[in-house]
Amino acid sequence: MKNIRVRFFAIFRENAGVETYQHQTRSETTMELFKEMTGIFPGLSIETAALVAINDTMAGWEQQLSDGDEVLFFPPVAGG
Amino acid sequence: MIFTITDTKIDRDGLRASLLNPASGACVMFEGWIRNHNDGQEVLRLEYEVYRPLASSEGKRILREAMGNFDIQDAGCIHREGLLELSETAVMAAAVAVHRDEAFNACKYIIDEVKHRLPIWKKEHYVNGDAHWVNCQRCANHAGTSKALPGAAADG
Repeated sequence: MKNIRVRFFAIFRENAGVETYQHQTRSETTMELFKEMTGIFPGLSIETAALVAINDTMAGWEQQLSDGDEVLFFPPVAGG
Repeated sequence: MIFTITDTKIDRDGLRASLLNPASGACVMFEGWIRNHNDGQEVLRLEYEVYRPLASSEGKRILREAMGNFDIQDAGCIHREGLLELSETAVMAAAVAVHRDEAFNACKYIIDEVKHRLPIWKKEHYVNGDAHWVNCQRCANHAGTSKALPGAAADG
């Protein structure tokens, strides 16, 4: 099991109802973890995830998780 | 190169001054303004949420890419966060070069990448009292389907 800190932003935070969530998981990748989050927070939908980062570095959806990681889930961005 | 996130009015003259170079013949500066309408809705104001640590590092990466991909001498970008009123400047991107073509191309590259890559979200507040996150309509109307994640992206 890995201890992961999850952070949600913008509409994800509003839909989940939390900004951060400490989670013990068997998920191996960011994608697996986000799918897990959609089960815990019904306000999240897997089709809406756009970008993900681990420990303040942009990551991919197949990136491996490590114990102690902070995973950031971003909804579609809209700068400018 | 300068990339900044700020919660105060963008210093247009300061950005220009920081890029001045006697060897440069062209400076292209783009300003993004808060407009009063979007998708048929009357917009009252915009609210920008920025995740600063990553927006800053990714923004600097975009400027380095512009410096590497185009024949320019300098580049800069400033993005606002927080509540913005109509006609305020939300973002400025700039590129400086010997000649204008490279400056135009680099400036377009910078603003396009900023819109697609930086962890920045904007919430439109409408005259009728509603508010929506831009590009997040699917999030608001989530259907709980299991579409593959890499297909989801910002509209830009």
